[in-house]
Amino acid sequence: MSTNDQVHDGGHADVTHHVPGEHHDHDHHEHGPAAGYWRWITTTNHKDIGSLYLWFALVMFFIGGGMALVIRAELFQPGIQIVDPMFFNSMTTMHALVMIFGVVMPAFVGLANWMIPMMIGAPDMALPRLNNWSFWIMPFAFLILLSTLFMDSGGPAGGWTLYPPLSLQMGDSFAFVIFAIHFMGISSVMGSINIVATIFNMRAPGVTFMKMPMFVWTWLITAFLLIATIPVLAGAVTMLLTDRFFETSFFSAAGGGDPVMFQHIFWFFGHPEVYILILPAFGIISSIIPTFARKPLFGYDSMVYATASIAFLSFIVWAHHMFTTGMPLAGSLFFMMTTMMISVPTGVKVFNWVATMWKGAMTFETPMLFSIGFVIMFTIGGLSGLMLAITPADIQYHDTYFVVAHFHYVLVPGAIYSIMAATYYWLPKWTGNMYDETLGKWHFWISTVFVNVLFFPMHFVGLAGMNRRIPDYSLQFADWNMVATIGAFGFGFSQLLFVWIVLKAVRGGKKATAEVWEGARGLEWTVPSPAPYHTFETAPDITKFAVR
Amino acid sequence: MRSTTVKRSAVALLAGLIALPLGAWADWGALNMPVGVSELSADVHALHMRIFYICCAIGAGVFGVMIVSMVLHRKSRGVTPSTFHESTKVEIVWTVVPLLILIAMAVPAARVLIEMEDFSDSEMSIKVTGYQWRWHYDYLDENVAFYSALDADQNLARQLGNDNDLERFGESYLREVDNELVVPINTKIRFLNTAADVIHSWWVPDLALKKDAIPGFINENWAEIEQPGIYRGKCAELCGRDHGFMPIVVRAVEKEEYAAWLEEMRAEQVAAADTALDERSHESLLASGESVYGTSCVGCHQKEGQGIPGMFPAIAGSAIANGDVDTHIATVAHGVDGTNMSAFSSILTDAEIAAVVTYQRNAFGNETGDSVQPAAVAAVRSSASAADATVFDSEGVLR
Repeated sequence: MSTNDQVHDGGHADVTHHVPGEHHDHDHHEHGPAAGYWRWITTTNHKDIGSLYLWFALVMFFIGGGMALVIRAELFQPGIQIVDPMFFNSMTTMHALVMIFGVVMPAFVGLANWMIPMMIGAPDMALPRLNNWSFWIMPFAFLILLSTLFMDSGGPAGGWTLYPPLSLQMGDSFAFVIFAIHFMGISSVMGSINIVATIFNMRAPGVTFMKMPMFVWTWLITAFLLIATIPVLAGAVTMLLTDRFFETSFFSAAGGGDPVMFQHIFWFFGHPEVYILILPAFGIISSIIPTFARKPLFGYDSMVYATASIAFLSFIVWAHHMFTTGMPLAGSLFFMMTTMMISVPTGVKVFNWVATMWKGAMTFETPMLFSIGFVIMFTIGGLSGLMLAITPADIQYHDTYFVVAHFHYVLVPGAIYSIMAATYYWLPKWTGNMYDETLGKWHFWISTVFVNVLFFPMHFVGLAGMNRRIPDYSLQFADWNMVATIGAFGFGFSQLLFVWIVLKAVRGGKKATAEVWEGARGLEWTVPSPAPYHTFETAPDITKFAVR
Repeated sequence: MRSTTVKRSAVALLAGLIALPLGAWADWGALNMPVGVSELSADVHALHMRIFYICCAIGAGVFGVMIVSMVLHRKSRGVTPSTFHESTKVEIVWTVVPLLILIAMAVPAARVLIEMEDFSDSEMSIKVTGYQWRWHYDYLDENVAFYSALDADQNLARQLGNDNDLERFGESYLREVDNELVVPINTKIRFLNTAADVIHSWWVPDLALKKDAIPGFINENWAEIEQPGIYRGKCAELCGRDHGFMPIVVRAVEKEEYAAWLEEMRAEQVAAADTALDERSHESLLASGESVYGTSCVGCHQKEGQGIPGMFPAIAGSAIANGDVDTHIATVAHGVDGTNMSAFSSILTDAEIAAVVTYQRNAFGNETGDSVQPAAVAAVRSSASAADATVFDSEGVLR
């Protein structure tokens, strides 16, 4: 099927815009992108900006991954062989900041940029210039952040949570860290406002809220979470800044402040943040599994309500990160109960995915493999999360490798796998070429083996008493740490295969059809592959196509 | 054809990698949370195992259905996909059943939590203060207090690039201290946690105790140990460079033995106070100075006093260690503001500061020949406040 008819049927009020034609190659059209690097700097096109975000995330993935390999190399054996403990702490801190703010979030924003307008039948994002700006702030923010590693006082080494008073012991480069976080925050908030504005205003006639694909829904809710919580983070780090440089005492007990208050403020941002890192993943998986099961998503309505419930609950569970700080008993009980409740809507999602697979006619192309890997390994991370909700047990798990194992299971074979799945799923739409399926499957299997070799043993050493954020450990943890390090290097280097597969598909390969996947539903599959520079300049007639 | 090759290779790789860690399974005890040695720790362990088995059951159910589906419902078997996409009945079931499981789990968890927070009827109290990077224990109302830091031998061995044979420490590597916390068994002990600089967390797994030590706050915790023995723990909250190197060792003994130990400690501390400011020989200062250097200085200033360029200044050949004695004492005692150099006046005694300053002035190629006496330290300590430290910049150079 093709949208060409429908596009030609519509009148064009704005004739200066490019009209998607029969030809996939549109070089001879005069309204394509500007030539050369200037195109990427000045672009306001949602597809260009989406690509920029995705390439940026890929580069940062290797920088953050390199830091993880420094950590794992030091932990290969007991004793300190490679880096000073202070630099080790910088690595754990930077690894987290880069992976969260530089990889997962920009990658999701990139996917949102590419897919949301096409999924709702909009010509572009609602605020295209803001879109350009929100991307271009990011590289500078990260340049500033990473440059602190080369300053005299070194990079931030107090953990990504920046708990005072420890974070206030940092030298003058601390100001650069705060500045960088502010800019990342501004970028995220602008991106989110744009996504909300697009979804509210740019849906094609007939695309009602309950017809939107799950990816659009999850991003809408994520965007609200971002708009609500990033200013809270901004406030918290600004108070750190004034405590460090302007002699205030927000968090210093000696001056009448309260170091625990920072943790409350931080996690009021931080807990919704972890859902920011996973809700768009839920949307991606909810798009891919129905395609390859050739069966509609089970329980769409309950998926939407579950996502909204998770978002709501995410605001009232924050202190479960703080069970050892000495809360009143009533506080501990409240946060234990609310945290346990989160597993209900999350469980609904997992059950819905399994029910979608049930009695389908499945094939296992690379996007489906990554999605199934996501469901299984995210569930493992979710179950250890349920264990962590049990406060008396959590007090023992807290700040051990058990927690490290938990959040890496939900973030690596969770969030990162969903991004991989999305890339394989939509790459033919973006490039017009099929990726190499054999290599894609290799990428999945090698990654999956190594990611488990890397993170599974961390459960054991954590339960047995290995605390986190340490550069050296007791000898009884040596074997499992060695195994984890082997897994880390295996997983890290196998991602080079991913880069190769993507580059190969960008350069050429078997031509993709408009529909690409046999069971695919949604407006993005009604436009040709590669998607023309401008799509849906006139709204699609959704009576002819399934929106989800 | 090609995908079969992929599958076969993947299976071979998987088998190889599963075989790889088999060697690590020699010690199953190191894989799970310890049951511990108090009623509370056993309760926590039981909760942990219960929720673990529930999770295993849920996982087995979900993954089981997925696997069956992946085997049966594949296109290659020529199945036609169903079109069902909702079932109110099923959806209510899988919302309500997890809720019931959660309630079944929340009730015992709340019971244990309430027990944990019950500090009534405690028979003795120990104040635990976290410092960067050691613990201070104060037996309230007993006149016994001391610091406890990583064993000096291990502290040397763990320095960057010290290619030491760590095996000789066995399982106690990084878990041995100079002064153990001695406590009686079958006594409800209340621990009061606080900190002097940044947030630490006092964690002993066998006692199921972990509570943050926060500057300006006092957190409570309690334990009633049932068996004599040595129980090891660590600081659990990132507290800076040497966070990984502030272990905790609790030695639980019979009540009589504890009383005797307390007597002995009290006598020792009184004797130490009496002789604190006595004149000491150059050799004895050097000898104890070397051991103080090993626990308190070596982490940053390194084994040969060379420091780490750009991070920690060298002591070898430094202006302070070869210059005015009082300036040197003040630097150690009051620290340097805005840097990682802590104030040691509350951590080290006058005699210890005297010894370590003497050592620094006569080691690493520094040849001042000075003997710094405890009385000189006491004089600097009383005459100067931390304000002195601010006359140094971050390199430790006099402004």
